[in-house]
Amino acid sequence: MSDTLYYLLIIVGVLVVMLTIAALLIWYERRMLALWQDRYGPNRVGPFGLMQVMADMVKIFFKEDWIAPFADKWVFIFAPTIIVVAVLLGFAVVPFAPGIVVADMNIGLLYFLAMSSLGAYSILLGGISSNNKYSLLGSLRGAAQVISYEVFMGISLMGVVILSDSFSLVKIVEAQKNMWFVIPQFIGFVIFFIAGVAETHRAPFDLPEAESELVAGFHSEYSGMKFGMFFVGEYLGITLISAMIATFFFGGWLGPSFLPPVVWFFIKTFAFITLFILLRASLPRPRYDQLMSLGWKILLPLSLVNLLVTAAIKLAIGG
Amino acid sequence: MFSILRSLWLTFLHTFHKRFTIQYPEEKAKLPARWRGRIVLTRDPDGAERCVACYLCAAACPVDCISLQAAEDETGRRYPEFFRINFSRCIFCGFCEDACPTYAIQLTPDFELVEYDRQNLVYEKENLLISGPGKYHDYNFYRVAGYAVGGKGKGEAEREDPPIDIHDLKP
Repeated sequence: MSDTLYYLLIIVGVLVVMLTIAALLIWYERRMLALWQDRYGPNRVGPFGLMQVMADMVKIFFKEDWIAPFADKWVFIFAPTIIVVAVLLGFAVVPFAPGIVVADMNIGLLYFLAMSSLGAYSILLGGISSNNKYSLLGSLRGAAQVISYEVFMGISLMGVVILSDSFSLVKIVEAQKNMWFVIPQFIGFVIFFIAGVAETHRAPFDLPEAESELVAGFHSEYSGMKFGMFFVGEYLGITLISAMIATFFFGGWLGPSFLPPVVWFFIKTFAFITLFILLRASLPRPRYDQLMSLGWKILLPLSLVNLLVTAAIKLAIGG
Repeated sequence: MFSILRSLWLTFLHTFHKRFTIQYPEEKAKLPARWRGRIVLTRDPDGAERCVACYLCAAACPVDCISLQAAEDETGRRYPEFFRINFSRCIFCGFCEDACPTYAIQLTPDFELVEYDRQNLVYEKENLLISGPGKYHDYNFYRVAGYAVGGKGKGEAEREDPPIDIHDLKP
């Protein structure tokens, strides 16, 4: 009985913490972007402008929840929820600290990949149901991008699986006791990071959105809290990918013992979130064909070579 | 690849740069002396109104935000009976200042014109008139103009010779 209670507590805790982080990320991103552009960003509402998020929330809740009359109504309403639900489900396998994990599945890694690709449906359905040419273009791009980057996102993680002999995220973290996987799997890390940026369709891979060409792409027609769901989903996605990078390549909760494991985990996660924002602050968006050729011609072969070499070395040494 | 890393690094270096933002209500921007802000009507060094109600400012105004009515006092001095500037229309172009022959109308470095009620942006003469001479401290139109006005006859202005009796010039 107390076991059930414990898991319920963890589930609620993870949910609350993740949603809070996602909301605060909006503030964090605006402040960091401002910092790198020599501005201040929101600093008026509350201490350091932290309450800006609350103000934005209140605003977005009171906005008109408009449904385009030409849209496919039910799909249109349903689409934004998919990304939030899928990403939140993805957090189920994230090992925050020893014992603090919602579900330590033996296929946790595959489950994470599945959940992160489900987010593509949100873009696809949202764009198509909007019945708008820009949205359609955005969702086409989004679907193609997520599908093609999904391929080597998985393959780049196989090196980690080979090294740790497990698909379970807890086992993967424990296998990094002696050495973080970023050292033997550096190429895998770089590929996973690029694929992660593309997966969350963040700048510079924000082609489905592409404000400057597609006027917000797949969510052109969305307003109010439905737009907010896409937004929260995007920030949750950043958090999930950052958490996964920390778990797979940077030893998750492992760290010197003067800080509790969960703190180490969040420090690592936040470092990668900051890197995501830095990426957005400095890089321009590639053309669509450049994105595709980078994916299929460079990153996919590279990840395959990485997998082969890792496997060969493992066979040669471990037998 | 290298250029991507380089631009990431250069952006990161901006963490340590000074921020350009001026935190406005606490910290004010330094305005140049010729800033074109709120319009005032000035007085001459004697403390009388400079404006002679010639309508040149109203004619020059591209948005027609100035309106006034000329009047004349018992000494023959012209003055505006009312003088009204609608600051909700004013574009602060400074044409009125250029057009003014007596330096009466001047623009000041004050841009904080905010009201809750739009009607409050219509400034009447008592709101516009200041007690000093503004940018031109010594200029007094009636003291240099060859125009007879109460207290000053013909030829009594500065750098002006007394009028010549034209009948003396007969050969």
